[in-house]
Amino acid sequence: MQSVIRYIFLFRTVWAVLLALFLGSGLILLAGVSPLTAYGELFKGAFFDYWGLAGTLVKTSPILLAGLAVILPLRAGLLNIGVEGQIYMGGLFSAMAALLLPGMSSYVHIPICILAGAFGGGIWGLIPGYLKAYHGMNEVILTILMNFIAINIVSYVAGGPMMQEGAPYPYSEEISQDLWLPWIMPGTDAHIGVIVGLALAVIMFFVLRYSTVGFALDMIGKNATAARYAGIPVQPYVVGVMFAAGALGGLAGTFEVLGLKYRLYHHFSPGYGFDGIVVAFLATVNPLLAPLAAFFLSGLKAGALVMQRAAGLESTVIEAIQGLVIILVAASLGLKYDAHRWAARLMRRRKRLDAELGDTLQSKAGGDEL
Amino acid sequence: MIEFLTDPQAITDFLSTSLRLSIPIIFAAVGGVISERSGVFNIALEGCILGGAFGAAVGAYLTGTPMGGLALGLFVALMAGLILAGLAVGLAINQLVAGIAINILMLGFTSYLARLILGADAASTLPGFHAIGIPGLASIPLIGPVLFDQDILTYLMYLLVPFSWWVLYKTPWGLNLRAIGDYPVAADSAGISVPKVRTFAVLASCAMTGLGGCYLVLSQVFVFTENMSAGKGFIALAALILGRWNPMGALLACLFFGFSDALQLKMQFNSPNVPYQLFSMVPYLASFLALVLLAGKVRPPAAIGIRYERGGK
Repeated sequence: MQSVIRYIFLFRTVWAVLLALFLGSGLILLAGVSPLTAYGELFKGAFFDYWGLAGTLVKTSPILLAGLAVILPLRAGLLNIGVEGQIYMGGLFSAMAALLLPGMSSYVHIPICILAGAFGGGIWGLIPGYLKAYHGMNEVILTILMNFIAINIVSYVAGGPMMQEGAPYPYSEEISQDLWLPWIMPGTDAHIGVIVGLALAVIMFFVLRYSTVGFALDMIGKNATAARYAGIPVQPYVVGVMFAAGALGGLAGTFEVLGLKYRLYHHFSPGYGFDGIVVAFLATVNPLLAPLAAFFLSGLKAGALVMQRAAGLESTVIEAIQGLVIILVAASLGLKYDAHRWAARLMRRRKRLDAELGDTLQSKAGGDEL
Repeated sequence: MIEFLTDPQAITDFLSTSLRLSIPIIFAAVGGVISERSGVFNIALEGCILGGAFGAAVGAYLTGTPMGGLALGLFVALMAGLILAGLAVGLAINQLVAGIAINILMLGFTSYLARLILGADAASTLPGFHAIGIPGLASIPLIGPVLFDQDILTYLMYLLVPFSWWVLYKTPWGLNLRAIGDYPVAADSAGISVPKVRTFAVLASCAMTGLGGCYLVLSQVFVFTENMSAGKGFIALAALILGRWNPMGALLACLFFGFSDALQLKMQFNSPNVPYQLFSMVPYLASFLALVLLAGKVRPPAAIGIRYERGGK
């Protein structure tokens, strides 16, 4: 019995998601649409259709990388809310490397663009990391403000210095076709970004699990003071992990530009950085579960548009359901499995049942005597 | 750019724009102070502004009166506060995570329900509060019209900011609240219920912040747009740090941000050839730089962000 309860707790995130989908069906009913039809169209459109699956994978690439960019510093107790800004800076730097550098072999140029994007995002992580480590400032507020700054910088560049002449709204010239990332599903937009994200998730899992770096980060996250006494250089680690996280966010932006949009658009990310936060908690801060969480979340988003067309339901309902998912997942994380308490509770229940059983047996026995 | 300084009317206009832009962040920042002084981070300010704005719009739309909007706006913000209190105080999960979760929830909920309820009427003007000049005071040259020819929510703000300061610093209740934010163990030993006071502080905080959202809809633009809080809650968070977790300090910091926002709008208007994004970055950049350069050594409430467990570590 106790192991069953333990398993129920182990999958508490899954129950939270299911409960969110159930409550979400109430929201769908409000619009006068059958939830079964809506969810049916949504999941069919997101996962069981060649084009739909490609659409899901296109979104999985940035959402997975953003999720990893939240998970990595969270191991050291740092909440990176700045992924959105890091995505924008990554996109900006890679687009600049792609459009402004002189022509060269694409075998050299593509890696340069990718490194530039990672570096741009990395800088946007390094600044709050430095201010956190050496000036004790709250990284959450700093990264949030830097999001707005980055979004405006990209809007400015795409609408000013790098704007294509005569463009109706801010976007840059098109990037040369030699620099486009390879596709993974013929005839669709699905590009290699999702494979890179998957590889990075696996690498991150092994680094966090089996290396001294991973151990140091966990220790900083659990007790920074103890880590310092143990001789771990806490401040450089904090700066370094924020740079690495920023670089992951930067990669998400880079792949959006080189793999999907082929231009630097203003407002090119519809909040993928914030989806990364959802992924991190859905995956219970485990990099190996991040691809699964990102794939599910991307499916919701990609399927929402199909659902809007097929069932005539506003696609923003998915944002509301996503909100329910994160609230309930957050709440489920607060419910910890407490072996002693459950053991005591089960023991009490058993005693009570035994006593009741005893009583009935006794009264029965008494009845027989009469 | 400078010539408008010689024209009294232009100065008055500029100052009243500054004030109008700072009022939503003042409500939010002072609301944030109340919660954070009790030891609960309130990153959900953004969501509370949005919830307040949404409630205000729907309430005003359904009842046809701004008072109905105010009531529903407060109600929605209180609901957000209830969730935050439940997650951060009741279930004791990470307060920052709880706040972010509420922001995401509010964004999704308000966008969807606004389309559902307001529908095609979303762009039509809602009933709102209009300026009521205070006789005598409103005719003071230069600043009279800025301060005393405002709507009812602005006057409410004039009362609520000193009132919050008075409650926090001059009443036993405020002493309890601050004690819990600094050293909950001692407060608990003195017989004050930590969860009760924190829950109350979070609810008061979110209601106050919701007023900021109500102001946006009922006194400023008279429509609801998706994500109309647009980061004001986060600027308020910066302001409350700059204001050293004191309602009066937060007020001054918010006025500074309102001023810088008004200045960038004026610059946008005066230089149409420069892409406007360069200027719309200013409030965020100013918040960031002010935090980094001016905040200096800040001392937040000692127990902020730490969940309290009786008999725990």
